[in-house]
Amino acid sequence: METVAGIDATLLARIQFAFTISFHIIFPAFTIGLSAFIATLEVLWLRSGQQHDQAHYHTLARFWTKIFAVSFAMGVVSGIVLSYQIGTNWSRFSEAVGNTIGPLLGYEVLTAFFLEASFLGVMLFGWNRVPPWLHMLSSIVVALGTALSGFWILSANSWMQTPAGFEMRDGIAYPVDWSEIIFNPSFPYRFAHMMIATYLTTSLVVLATGARYLLAGRFEREARTMVHMGLGMVAVMAPLQLLVGDLHGLNTLEHQPAKIAAIEAHWDGSKPAPFVIFAWPDEKAERNIAELSVPHAGSLVLKHDPQGLFPGLRDFKPEDRPPVVPVFFAFRLMLAIGLLMIVIGLGGALLWWRKRLFESRRYLSFVARCWPLGFIAILAGWMVTEIGRQPWVAYGLVRTAQATSPVAAPTIALSLLLFVLVYCVVFSVGIVYVYRMLAKGPALVPHAPDALPNRPLSVVQRSDGGPA
Amino acid sequence: MSNLEYTLPVIWALLIGFSVALYVVLDGFDLGIGILFPFYRKEADRDLVMNSVAPFWDGNETWLVMGGAGLWVAFPKAYAIVMPAVYLPVIVMLLALIFRGVAFEFRWVAKPRHRKWDIAFAAGSTIAAFAQGAVLGALLQEIRVENGAFAGGSLDWLTPFSLMCGVALVVGYALLGATWLMMKTSGNVELQARRMGIPLLFGLLGFIVLVSIWTPLEIERIAQRWFSIPNFYFLSQVPLATLLLTWLCWRGIRKNHAITPFASAIGLFLLAYAGLVISNAPYLVPPSVTLWQAAAHPSSQVFFLIGATILIPLILVYFVFVFWLFRGKLKPGEGYH
Repeated sequence: METVAGIDATLLARIQFAFTISFHIIFPAFTIGLSAFIATLEVLWLRSGQQHDQAHYHTLARFWTKIFAVSFAMGVVSGIVLSYQIGTNWSRFSEAVGNTIGPLLGYEVLTAFFLEASFLGVMLFGWNRVPPWLHMLSSIVVALGTALSGFWILSANSWMQTPAGFEMRDGIAYPVDWSEIIFNPSFPYRFAHMMIATYLTTSLVVLATGARYLLAGRFEREARTMVHMGLGMVAVMAPLQLLVGDLHGLNTLEHQPAKIAAIEAHWDGSKPAPFVIFAWPDEKAERNIAELSVPHAGSLVLKHDPQGLFPGLRDFKPEDRPPVVPVFFAFRLMLAIGLLMIVIGLGGALLWWRKRLFESRRYLSFVARCWPLGFIAILAGWMVTEIGRQPWVAYGLVRTAQATSPVAAPTIALSLLLFVLVYCVVFSVGIVYVYRMLAKGPALVPHAPDALPNRPLSVVQRSDGGPA
Repeated sequence: MSNLEYTLPVIWALLIGFSVALYVVLDGFDLGIGILFPFYRKEADRDLVMNSVAPFWDGNETWLVMGGAGLWVAFPKAYAIVMPAVYLPVIVMLLALIFRGVAFEFRWVAKPRHRKWDIAFAAGSTIAAFAQGAVLGALLQEIRVENGAFAGGSLDWLTPFSLMCGVALVVGYALLGATWLMMKTSGNVELQARRMGIPLLFGLLGFIVLVSIWTPLEIERIAQRWFSIPNFYFLSQVPLATLLLTWLCWRGIRKNHAITPFASAIGLFLLAYAGLVISNAPYLVPPSVTLWQAAAHPSSQVFFLIGATILIPLILVYFVFVFWLFRGKLKPGEGYH
């Protein structure tokens, strides 16, 4: 087989997909939650009767809309790449499962992409062109569009993990029951888990930004609102995520036991599983090196019984096992961040309850640094579920190695190189721009009366204390 | 073949054809203004040019995703053959679209150091248009298919004909962009668009003539389609209508009409598109795979069709709403940002 630097076409195509989708997911992970946050701010602003002492809601909505615009643009262009990559790099996959999951992606375009794209124009450029209620409605529609997009793409992804509602004929999956295809066994869990993850990610960014301004003594009114809203979400969503994650894990155990075995680095299925805190899984020797673990805790979590048994990796033929090391470590990283988020949420809630939230500089300076946590956890979580699905592209139906396009390895290597170069340049610059806008803060946006030309400008008092 | 198995692919071919036509027109003018960008030297002019499409570009580009996704859903076999065959130009197009897409936002954030995003916008738009033309050219020529899969090499698409199609599409999109600016702007930006419009119009006409001569000479099946009797009597209306529209467009540009140049440029594109469909129907991958051979399972087509029947009219409603909301001419200095 033709290779480039010892890497064959399948692995090159996999690296390319992993690279492009990892870059892409960063943006939707942020914009799904951010659009909901902006819509909420606009609702609060309108509900307050657009009173000037409530202008911080408006200021915040406009400020975050600017950041949303830049992030969303990056999400759009990196997403178009993916919709074509299914054909360019994975043509045999697209043919084998096109009949079942193709329509799901088609519905994503029809119900979500057009909705978002059209009303995004109103949201970004319509501040002075439409009445405030219509602007608010557009923001809600965009938020709804992003969530719908998540619905369909997660349905399609879940079908690849837990296929249902189809029959296989000549290597092609034909649809039998659409509701079984859409609501396949892992979909409800994966959808809930991912949506909560995106709202958590955005909430942490909002919380961290508010904390950062408070510490610098800038935009105090806006900053307090951000800290309250961000923290409120984290305090509720982070514990909820642990619960949903647990249910998701039980579902995975039922449908993809090999993935769970890799997550837990559990080799011997004839014994109850410990929870491995740290180890180096040795895939050749089929055992863990330097293991540090809590006995029976794995069985307790997954079977809700300390003596419970579930399959270990040795119960699967080596060619049917996913790579253990990346799945094992990515899961631990995700879990650790999840637990840290619970600490941030509950700790903050306690300070809030004692009315010491804004005085505690230690807490504020800690959360101000926590903005990347959600992104890292999401990337790690996707690595767990996608690498854990290997060696299958559609679980139990199509092996990844049989899903690629008839395209030569050097061609894929060339396009991979181009993607890496372009993404590193364009998206690094984009992230720097977002960071710069966050540093400038709400001073970037026009005063609230822009949308209310009848009211005198002088009434508006902004809480902007520091230099822009 | 049952009745359903015959009609469903036809309906889907029409729907995807509609999406692609809409994409070509909508993203055509919006890539077109990117192609014309370097010819505007003043920053204020460039701001205006870019602002004239800023609220629309994302929606316009979504039709590209619709075309790709629709092809996959309704004709998975064609999708699986075509994408690997035009691998390189598609990747280049996607990368170019990244540069020009982010430029819409980055340029404003980067100001006053935005020159690099001016270049990214212009180069990205031009290269994306060229790559789309090359993909079209590669499709019109014959793609090597064996056992239902692409069997050619990575550079099969690269021929003088596909390169010519690339240049032709750049010129055509630039014409759409120029006529859009005639409609949406005033002052110097409009004036310059009118000056550039005439050579672009005749350039496009030249390419249409070239393709119309080249393809029947090269491909027997296309000559048969157009020049056999009685087809010839009906089909000869297409070139006549093309000449009429060219005249209308020329007159509109010269007489400072706001809308006629854009409308007739769209008409020209649609006619050229219709010409290509006439030449190649019912093949999706000429000359080896017809739309019936490439079609998905009827259940998949019906399931997606139900959604499309309800949602596409709705989508058109909000497209019209957005275009209506941002209607009229932008004055120099006016922007949405």
